[in-house]
Amino acid sequence: MSADKVVAFVDVTDVVCPVTFVKVEVALEEIADGQLLEIKLNDGEAIKNIPRSLKDDGHLVTSVERRDDQTFQVIVKKGGLR
Amino acid sequence: MAQVDYKALKKIGLMTQIQKDRFAMRLKVVGGQVTAEQLQKIGEVAKKYGKGYIHLTSRQGIEIPFVGLEDIEAVKAELAAGGVSLGTCGPRVRTITACQGSTVCPSGLIDTTALAEELDQRFGGREAPHKFKFGITGCRNNCLKAEENDLGFKGGLQPEWNREACNFCGLCEALCPTDAIKVDKQKKNLEFDAAKCSYCGKCAKGCPVDAWSGENGYVLYFGGLFGNQIATAQQILPIIFEKEKLFTIVEKTLAFFSKHGRPGERFRHTLDRVGWELLKQELSQE
Repeated sequence: MSADKVVAFVDVTDVVCPVTFVKVEVALEEIADGQLLEIKLNDGEAIKNIPRSLKDDGHLVTSVERRDDQTFQVIVKKGGLR
Repeated sequence: MAQVDYKALKKIGLMTQIQKDRFAMRLKVVGGQVTAEQLQKIGEVAKKYGKGYIHLTSRQGIEIPFVGLEDIEAVKAELAAGGVSLGTCGPRVRTITACQGSTVCPSGLIDTTALAEELDQRFGGREAPHKFKFGITGCRNNCLKAEENDLGFKGGLQPEWNREACNFCGLCEALCPTDAIKVDKQKKNLEFDAAKCSYCGKCAKGCPVDAWSGENGYVLYFGGLFGNQIATAQQILPIIFEKEKLFTIVEKTLAFFSKHGRPGERFRHTLDRVGWELLKQELSQE
């Protein structure tokens, strides 16, 4: 949806809550406001909770794509809601 | 020992034990909420008149076992001083259970605690052909298991989508448990199939840009059983938004049960015997 380039990627499919969101937070620390992070996460709890936590922290989810392997690709713009 | 009127005792929440002169005293708890002051008093009474412990019932109640028949009046008075009253058992509206609801839980769609209080004030302890259980759960996650109850209440949200606010990210499609939402990112379009919607509210709770909103309401489930026989309560009405309408339906449901239920017959069995259509008819009458 955005022409902006994704500058970082984090895979949280190998960990469980609450480590999932901690990994996402660490990845967001590494990039600047307005930049895009790609997150690979699992269906189920992760897709329910991580986007909600991102919203609470002021980051804007710009795209969610379901993959064939029961995972999602989520693109988030750091600080996009602030 | 004096003659004991067990039916009268049940009415005020005294459960017989195998120890003939001892009773498990059932306390009134509404929506699973107990204040610290009440807890303290309950603790004192359990130590002084019981065996120093309480039992948590399967439906959010508290019982003090081993209260002696001779102490009942004293126990009642002491509990009352701490803001604790006795519960009910027997053929009537029982403890009204509830999850924490929207005032505490991030998933909650209705104020379950307030609803439990209001239902208790209007209907708590009312006589019926058999026990009648109300249970209130704040959302589709159903932590409080609405469908186990004679009448279950579930918070719901009828969603509305605002095109102007939407960023077409597709999160709502990913969150929707019934595949009611289809987002076309390229064409910037969204299709919502209202007939598939289960009122879970996940689209509205999750949307990063608040493009989903909607009206919160109550979904009712009739005729659940989870004892000697097991039956899942059924939704027979659309979602209800107005509280007064909700109370009218509860009133009509209890009236229906009193009119058609046989003594000792659970609501579900009355429904199966006289027909669910009759309930639908009586609920729709002005």
